[in-house]
Amino acid sequence: MTHILKPKFRHPNLPKNGVGLTRRDYEGVVSTLCAGCGHDSVTAAIIEACFEMELPAHRVAKMSGIGCSSKTTNYFLNRSHGFNSVHGRMPSVTTGANLANRGLVYLGVSGDGDTASIGLGQFAHAVRRRLNMLYICENNGTYGLTKGQFSATNDRASKNRKGLDSPFDSIDLCNVAIELGAGFVARAFSGDKAQLVPLIIAGLKYRGFALIDVISPCVTFNNHTSSTKSYDYVRDHNHMVGRLDLVPEAREITAESAPGVTQNVTMHDGSQMALSAVSEDYDPTDPETAMPELARFKRQGRVATGLLYLDERQEDLHDLIGTAPGPLNEVPAEELCPGSDALEAINAAHR
Amino acid sequence: MDRTDTSDPSYFHKVVDCQWACPAHTPVPEYIRLIAHGQYTEAFMINWESNVFPGILGRTCDRPCEPACRRGRIEEKPVAICRLKRVAADNRGVVDHLMPQIPAQKNGKRVALIGAGPASLTVARDLMPLGYDVTLIERDPQGGGLMRKNIPSFRLPVAVLDEEVGRILDFGVTTRFGEEITSLKAVLDEGFDAVFVGTGAPRGKDLARVPGRAEADANIHLGIDFLASVAFKHVERIGKRVVVIGGGNTAMDCCRTALRLGADSVTVTVRSPRADMKASDWEIEDAEREGIPILDNHSPKEFVTENGRLKAVVFEKMRAEYVDGRRKLIPTGAPDVVIECDDVLMAVGQENSFPWIERDLGIAFNEWEEPAVDKETFMSTRPGVFFGGDAAWGPENIIWAVAHGHQAAISIDLHCQDRDLQDRPPPETNLVSQKMGIHEWSYDNDISDEARNLVPHADPALALRDLSMEVELGFDVQQALDEAMRCLNCDIQTVFTDDKCIECDACMDICPVDCINFTQNAEEPELRDGLRVPALNHAQDLYVSGDLPTGRVMVKDEDVCLHCGLCAERCPTGAWDMQKFLLKEAKAAPIVPADPQEQPYAAE
Repeated sequence: MTHILKPKFRHPNLPKNGVGLTRRDYEGVVSTLCAGCGHDSVTAAIIEACFEMELPAHRVAKMSGIGCSSKTTNYFLNRSHGFNSVHGRMPSVTTGANLANRGLVYLGVSGDGDTASIGLGQFAHAVRRRLNMLYICENNGTYGLTKGQFSATNDRASKNRKGLDSPFDSIDLCNVAIELGAGFVARAFSGDKAQLVPLIIAGLKYRGFALIDVISPCVTFNNHTSSTKSYDYVRDHNHMVGRLDLVPEAREITAESAPGVTQNVTMHDGSQMALSAVSEDYDPTDPETAMPELARFKRQGRVATGLLYLDERQEDLHDLIGTAPGPLNEVPAEELCPGSDALEAINAAHR
Repeated sequence: MDRTDTSDPSYFHKVVDCQWACPAHTPVPEYIRLIAHGQYTEAFMINWESNVFPGILGRTCDRPCEPACRRGRIEEKPVAICRLKRVAADNRGVVDHLMPQIPAQKNGKRVALIGAGPASLTVARDLMPLGYDVTLIERDPQGGGLMRKNIPSFRLPVAVLDEEVGRILDFGVTTRFGEEITSLKAVLDEGFDAVFVGTGAPRGKDLARVPGRAEADANIHLGIDFLASVAFKHVERIGKRVVVIGGGNTAMDCCRTALRLGADSVTVTVRSPRADMKASDWEIEDAEREGIPILDNHSPKEFVTENGRLKAVVFEKMRAEYVDGRRKLIPTGAPDVVIECDDVLMAVGQENSFPWIERDLGIAFNEWEEPAVDKETFMSTRPGVFFGGDAAWGPENIIWAVAHGHQAAISIDLHCQDRDLQDRPPPETNLVSQKMGIHEWSYDNDISDEARNLVPHADPALALRDLSMEVELGFDVQQALDEAMRCLNCDIQTVFTDDKCIECDACMDICPVDCINFTQNAEEPELRDGLRVPALNHAQDLYVSGDLPTGRVMVKDEDVCLHCGLCAERCPTGAWDMQKFLLKEAKAAPIVPADPQEQPYAAE
């Protein structure tokens, strides 16, 4: 961490978005994480994505659990709602918040410990319930806050800083999420914002459960040469399955002559997402081909990145259980409390 | 773009905008930092070494550093550099023991300096420690030149002037005051090894062709002559109604002096639009604060006399037209303006003049009667005769005269030692890491975001009637600290080591002013346009690394860097470091110890 507050001065020509805000208006306090932490890059990517989306900060709820990653919600969107929950319990808190107020944008930030260890059960149910949120897992394969033990996402091939092997197989969060019915599953690398920012924007726009598993190197405990989650390893083994271009609502899509196939997907807000596969044999909309492919990449030690899976149905929990159409705090009092006659009728129906 | 060559000292020097803009290249951030530490004596000595007259310049400098100040590009106003210099001079302790030693045994070379202004005094200061026998010849009874004659004492107290001039004369300079020079040949015949001409630009321009000029002569005074007469107490009063013609700093000094000599109404008139006035903004402000109206676009048309006395000045109203960047003043046709007055002060420019230099001495003059002087060596076409200050190329200001003096002194030394004048000593430079601990630097990066502090002024009711009462009171110690903390420490350089970078983006993410980028290399125009915030200020360089592992390069736009050090604090590998760049312009002789921290000055 740094000892000074970040100076208020900003570049006089800093661009403004459509709501008159600069990138810096989406910042939070200065990070207290280790210098060079991948999580700070993810924070910067979130700031960039929210700036580009022109999100009003007060319509966002940032949710987190416990861990280095979960601290980062303090480092962006200073003027948003937020909840820093008990370890691993962010999904259920978000579920409650989302059921009460479906009008907010839910952005969860968690880590590999918070998601794949203590919170795995919570994570699994949020996925299968298709909770409308973007769940970012800042995945560094290590418990940084408790001095560098293996986490559940650490690969078998990856040794710890002292050269010890990991005895267990790793949990691949993307595979788990696809299996459990997530609608939008992506993997990214904190060191590549060009890929990460469009994924965050798409994930925030996606209606349903969106997961981005961001490989985010821990510079202190897991950035050595025998780690598979180091800056160098991920750069050397990054296998991008597809590119994602976001097209604003009004603009017509012009297909670019990229290799592979380009698919256009309409997002819930009407904007378009152009998916171009880097290799023709990977179709992110088909789980039957995607999952074996992902398993193959993993076996080869490659880090598959990009949008790995997309369910175009875009249904969320509210659709599935038929809740009230708006946020509960906007339901008029007379509807919330329809009176004794209505109660009488309900009771009568149960007699 | 090619990888930036930071081994060339001019790269980092240019980042220190204030120092780069200062003709004498004073290490500004270094002395401001010392002021913040309360080390006024050390701050004074850094100034004294570079610009010789900290107390004088701290009040009167034209401050080329301030428009250059980076602070002016990130908020409204630059750091009050000039007024901080005065703080160092006002609060310094005893410096006598810090002065260079003057050898008792002279080196046998004799140098004559003609004119006792800032240029000649600088040459004397730089040559005396080397053992030269220096003779200063001046027609006025005291030294100081324009600093004494043309700058009124309510801006520059005589005591300050006497002290800083006296400090140099006390090195053992032979003075011949009150000696009017009528022949350069006579001086050369005295057998000096070198002669330096620092006679300034003492001739005020006139408006001889304006009708009525001759008839009204008794009440029309040339501005610089008037100021000199006031300084030497030959003139102690002026008419009740005064018109000042001219828009430069001399005009501003004239009008304020006239007010203090008892004039009831003083009006400044300028031919050009206000925006084109030559006077510094702050001098215009000072005049207007004293209630003096400044009428622009007024061109003098006629001096009206009655019974042999000046009665009024008639002005024609003008407007400016710009054709191909050249200004033309055109009469508007509006009715003429008549301003009744008793006296006129004319401050419409000044020039150097050399009626006393014989034209057969081998000193070439051009068609405008200006001497041909080498821009680097300051030597004329006659070996051993040097020019500097306003005498060389016409009116500038004190800090330029000082810069000329330093270079002329180097040339004179080389000339007297029979060495090549082109073989000039390089500046002394130093680049030292400021890292103290994980997030600790030996400079204070927690800068103030407050606006520029205003210098307190004396009560105008008293100041306007007293010629010698200084109007500006200077910052007190607390104000000086507040102002010093506005300095962005631009001399603390962000130094990037390519092969340590792991491209984690941490520096780019933290930079408060978005000046760090990791991007594909390109030609400069393309690179400038493609940055996070396009680099539109082409006067500021891009700092480009070599190729990094992913094939990208680091590009830093130096334009608005705050030198806050957050990039280096967030860097996990130490690829960024904050390093203090200290550049001291070469002098003929070493003046003070190289590093004040290594050789601390004795406490008071």
